[in-house]
Amino acid sequence: MTVYYTKEHEWLRVEGDVAVVGITAHAANELGELVFAEARDPGTTVEQGDSVAVVESVKAASDIYAPVTGDVLAFNDALGDDAALVNRDPEGEGWIVRMTIADASQLAGLMDKATYTALVG
Amino acid sequence: MNQPLLRTPLYDLHLELGARMVPFAGYDMPVQYPAGVMAEHLHTRAKAGLFDVSHMGQVRIRPKSGQIADAAHALEALVPADIVGLKPGRQRYAVFTTADGGISDDLMVTNMGDWLLLVVNAACRDADFAHVHDALNASCDVEMLADRALIALQGPAAEAALVALDPKAAGMRFMDVAQMELAGVSCIVSRSGYTGEDGFEIGMAEDGALTVARALLAHPDVAPVGLGARDSLRLEAGLCLYGSDIDQTTTPVEAALEWSIQKSRKPGGARAGGYPGAAIMAEQLTDGTTRRRVGLRAQGRAPVRGGAELFADEAGTQPAGYVTSGAFGPSVGGPVAMGYVAADHAAIGASLFASVRGRLLPVVVTALPFVAATFKR
Repeated sequence: MTVYYTKEHEWLRVEGDVAVVGITAHAANELGELVFAEARDPGTTVEQGDSVAVVESVKAASDIYAPVTGDVLAFNDALGDDAALVNRDPEGEGWIVRMTIADASQLAGLMDKATYTALVG
Repeated sequence: MNQPLLRTPLYDLHLELGARMVPFAGYDMPVQYPAGVMAEHLHTRAKAGLFDVSHMGQVRIRPKSGQIADAAHALEALVPADIVGLKPGRQRYAVFTTADGGISDDLMVTNMGDWLLLVVNAACRDADFAHVHDALNASCDVEMLADRALIALQGPAAEAALVALDPKAAGMRFMDVAQMELAGVSCIVSRSGYTGEDGFEIGMAEDGALTVARALLAHPDVAPVGLGARDSLRLEAGLCLYGSDIDQTTTPVEAALEWSIQKSRKPGGARAGGYPGAAIMAEQLTDGTTRRRVGLRAQGRAPVRGGAELFADEAGTQPAGYVTSGAFGPSVGGPVAMGYVAADHAAIGASLFASVRGRLLPVVVTALPFVAATFKR
């Protein structure tokens, strides 16, 4: 199971031919307690770098950018009533969206855990 | 605008407390501490929050005649509030109006006995000072109190925390102002604030601020609160943020701030008018306005933020206004917002739709404040 990271603080876990996407513990901590999350509708095609979801704290809304190009498959419905699940388990139960991977070669441009960890110190 | 950020006298304390600092009105200010905006907000409503608001401007107006009434009359030429009737040791909210009837800042005015103290927004400080100085210079000495700090202590435990330093605090009512010695520091204390909670704003010389802040933080119920929670607290309390909810394009009547124009300054009053834009205000006080600031509750959980457009219909074809401030209200447990809507949609209970990321979300015009005030009147 391979996990990739972006400099925008998303993570992407490859499960078969599907990507599960969320935000890193670092990002969740920076944003503070989340009060709302939503994703683009299933079936929407998003380009790499496009907003695929939004998370909101008391203060502000933050875009979650698609780490790769693909189609939105599902939003994590558990976040509908409890967006703070992202804060409690950002890289596990607090995943945000599942999407297809249109072009697997884009994965090579993402960071591995060690590189990302070095980035955020 | 590449000037280095200014620091309040509590800057080092903020860092020591683990604050995340952000630029705000030219100052490096704490937006939150490790507890986070949500917890800081709820702590303020449950116990007491300590806020550094030293960035705010403080101006002293001293009448050359020695007669406070002369300063009060002079200031009434700039604000629609009743200043002449403001008794010694009392504070009042006011706005500076423009010739067009707009608002160039909002402020607190205190009668200090033989002088008036103004507390103004940091971003407007220099313009306000020039405005007051130009208008009042002939009759008053107008001085920027650049070496003063200001700390707000807000919440149900604020009284107990302050009483621990000076029992005199218990006898104060909402909008009373008193001189006090707190932890050996001479302070000007008002029973007021910007959260909807009972509480105090405590002014002192810069070099005494740290001593007072530490003495208050030593109380077990007092925790530091940053600008993030200050904003969600004031929004739940229905209080305007200058530059967002009110500005030069909004009049006090449109902004639902008629209560800040006392009877003596309204048409027919003893000192009616006499401030910039008074004719426009007289007309609006009589005839109403075409739009009005209202509270808005979103039906779902998605916060509706400042800048969102409002429509009368779900298709989004009939514009009805726009949102000026919006956030998730931690005490309300849902999204809260305020904005300007056309008068025919401004009634409490009116249904509107807010445009959020291309979707139209239902919102309802709601009475302000969202959270009942707990002032000690």
